[in-house]
Amino acid sequence: MSEFRYAVNVLPKPGILDPQGRAVELSLPHLNVANVSRVRVGRRAELTVTAGSEAEARQVVESLARELLSNPLIEAYAIELLEATSSTDSTKATLA
Amino acid sequence: MKVGVVTFPDSNSDVDALNALAVAGVDPVTLWHESPDLQGVSAVILPGGFAYGDYIRAGVIARFSPVMRGVSTFAAGGGHVLGICNGFQILAEAGMVPGALLRNRSLRFACRIVAIKPERTDSPFTRAATGQPIRIPIAHGEGCYYADEATLDELERDGQVLFRYVRDDGTPALDPDDPANPNGSLRAIAGVCNSAGNVAGLMPHPERMSEAILGSDDGLQLIRSLVESAREWEAAGRPALAAPAVTRVEAER
Repeated sequence: MSEFRYAVNVLPKPGILDPQGRAVELSLPHLNVANVSRVRVGRRAELTVTAGSEAEARQVVESLARELLSNPLIEAYAIELLEATSSTDSTKATLA
Repeated sequence: MKVGVVTFPDSNSDVDALNALAVAGVDPVTLWHESPDLQGVSAVILPGGFAYGDYIRAGVIARFSPVMRGVSTFAAGGGHVLGICNGFQILAEAGMVPGALLRNRSLRFACRIVAIKPERTDSPFTRAATGQPIRIPIAHGEGCYYADEATLDELERDGQVLFRYVRDDGTPALDPDDPANPNGSLRAIAGVCNSAGNVAGLMPHPERMSEAILGSDDGLQLIRSLVESAREWEAAGRPALAAPAVTRVEAER
């Protein structure tokens, strides 16, 4: 078994009203920032899955991302593998 | 006859809903979120609040609680389920009613009395309604009703839009920036039902204005509608749905 550390990044789908992104845009003049636009605000979850293979682990993350961490009607998600640790040897491979 | 109200961690309108049911003349029963056992109730209310802290998205964690297995089975068998405010968000996350509730367009938590109008008075959730605008409170941060255009057209065509926010003259506040539309809901939608018609959600709180001592009993007509439908369903021997509604939860498992 190995441990796989993932990040799931969730953002409002294009075209879906994002009031948080709009609020950030409205605050930009107060920061004297004039060259920033198209702000979208989402959320990020990081989690570790213990599984026999990366494919198996990714399946778990996919299903969590789809059912719990995002609402497919209004949000899109992207999964990043951050780290894979084999528990048989203590070699640690850091990705990205 | 017993009607159940689910208490989730951080529910805050469950006691109001229990009281409104007592005013409407039925035995209110508290259903606990950790048990899928509905104790033989004839209808279920998912009350307002901030179930599980509204973490991730309002309603999504509650959707996976054990009681929702019981509620889903109950609804699939033809029982009536009404989600109010957070209860609506839970039903939407569970795919038991169409659409999603986004953060209010204003970004503000909206807490005031609004006017909604039933689109029809022949549904299980509006049958005791007068058809005139109903003035009841809202209290939510995520109540902006969203579905894609094709779905919205379908809902209107099939009579699944149950309530819209209306202006003083009774016309729907269709412009999302209209002050009478408190959260920017598309097509001013305040409440919808599933295609089978036995599961409904609405953002405003009828239970919080369900007897004169609360300032108004305008909301009682909606609680009464649910009670009448439950009574009729019991009297008919708990008939199954004509066309069983497939929820997203069921479809994926």
